Amino acid sequence: MRIVVDYDLCESNAICMAIAPDVFEVRDDDFLYVLNEAPGEDRRGQMEEAVQRCPKQAIAIEG
Amino acid sequence: MRDSVTIVGASLAGLRAAETLRRDGFGGRISLIGEEPHQPYDRPPLSKQVLAGDWEPERALLTPAEKLEPLGIDLRLGVRATGLDVAARQLEVDGVAEPFDGLLIATGARCRILPGTEGLAGVHTLRTLDDCLAIRAALDAGADRMVVIGAGFIGAEVASVAVGRGASVTLVEALPAPFARLLGREMGAVVADVHVANGVDLRCGVGVSSVVGGPGAMTVAMADGSDVDADLVVVGIGVVPNTGWLEGSGLTLDDGVVCDATCLAGPNVVAAGDVARWTDPRTGESMRVEHWDNAVEQGRHAVRRLLATDEEAEVYAPVPWFWSDQYDRKIQLAGRPHPDDEVRVVDGSTDEHRFAAFYGRRGQLTAVLGMNRPRQVMQGRGLLEQGAGWDDALAVAAGWG
Ligand SMILES: Cc1cc2nc3c(=O)[nH]c(=O)nc-3n(C[C@H](O)[C@H](O)[C@H](O)COP(=O)(O)OP(=O)(O)OC[C@H]3O[C@@H](n4cnc5c(N)ncnc54)[C@H](O)[C@@H]3O)c2cc1C
Ligand code: SF4
Repeated sequence: MRIVVDYDLCESNAICMAIAPDVFEVRDDDFLYVLNEAPGEDRRGQMEEAVQRCPKQAIAIEG
Repeated sequence: MRDSVTIVGASLAGLRAAETLRRDGFGGRISLIGEEPHQPYDRPPLSKQVLAGDWEPERALLTPAEKLEPLGIDLRLGVRATGLDVAARQLEVDGVAEPFDGLLIATGARCRILPGTEGLAGVHTLRTLDDCLAIRAALDAGADRMVVIGAGFIGAEVASVAVGRGASVTLVEALPAPFARLLGREMGAVVADVHVANGVDLRCGVGVSSVVGGPGAMTVAMADGSDVDADLVVVGIGVVPNTGWLEGSGLTLDDGVVCDATCLAGPNVVAAGDVARWTDPRTGESMRVEHWDNAVEQGRHAVRRLLATDEEAEVYAPVPWFWSDQYDRKIQLAGRPHPDDEVRVVDGSTDEHRFAAFYGRRGQLTAVLGMNRPRQVMQGRGLLEQGAGWDDALAVAAGWG
């Protein structure tokens, strides 16, 4: 499983960070950084929640 | 354990709920019934990218077909639920009765119509993709004078897109303070200032007495005797929940489907999204929230409630959050301010249209507003979730500088 963020869509509102702070981080520069692009399979449910809850539909799961 | 779940309303709350069921491992039948003929799509882009012409409608789909298909959801589009009998566990679809096992009501809301403008060509509301494409077509055809009636968030976004497309826009609000219903007077005035700075002719405290004419040649007459000419008029004066089909169902209807604190509306029936009213366990207030994030979260919560026993059921206690994109500003609000709350700018400056502000009452933080301050709003939302006091919240914000 790979986490891919479309930075043209992302508006750094940090909803994903609230769900999984060890994977998504919005820093002081107001950009989103993906800290872990390949979270373990046991995290799939949580990553899918992030996909669903991202209001800009900027997050995709590949694989 | 339930064998099947029927969901009425194939939009944000309904579709996300259906997807959640499958991801949670529910193997039974899921029937998703929606009145609109289109594949389920997202509404926020309708007053933003799609209206601007930057996106084609396909980009606003909620879930691409190839991701939806494997979930095995029985999607019944162009089909309307016409009645419900909770006691008999019967749903009526296009006049034909069918039994249900568990039911999620997610029929959302529709636009309020300005009295006297029913069926008048050239007067638009904006809720559906078809509404959006009609306004877009008028702009494409060269309409460049727009009157927006109602300074709410949808009207404000339409105004900002129209300005971006080179139209001259008059924004009319009957109340003296624009955006005050949600943001209070002081912060409402800051948002109003953004519109004025972008060249919108903002007229507050004056009602509309009539709208006459047709596309390309309309006149909006105001209560103070003035007139504004326009090529098209967009009315954004709020929405009403779609509960007409539930009259006589046995459910309690009161500006929405009334639910308990767990989203249960009646035996085997839950509701979510713009149509649902419930009592917020945090504040004891009766709430109905018309925000995107709530539709997703409540859809997920409600459908899980449907599969849970009464003992397992959890209360639904979100901190409401929404965003609105206007011009190059991103406005976000977490929590629910009251009109008379104290307001304090804690970061940035309102003059520069870049700031975060706290709302507070009786020593408690009640809401956080941001303009181009998403991270602060999200941190503020965390404070609201913890039930932070006013002084503690200010201490956290002091570190943002
Ligand atoms: C133009 C626009 C822009 C927006 N922008 C933002 C934004 O920037 N930020 C934000 O937080 N929120 C925004 N919102 C609000 C957000 O889109 C809504 O809160 C959300 O769509 C609510 O989802 P829902 O599923 O509850 O209801 P809806 O989206 O209203 O969907 C209900 C569905 O049920 C169907 N239906 C109704 N009655 C029946 C019936 N009897 N039988 C079958 N089907 C039926 C309807 O046709 C509709 O498809 C915006 C809304 C609009 C209209
Ligand atoms: S939730 Fe979506 S838009 Fe917000 S920061 Fe995460 S990826 Fe970006």
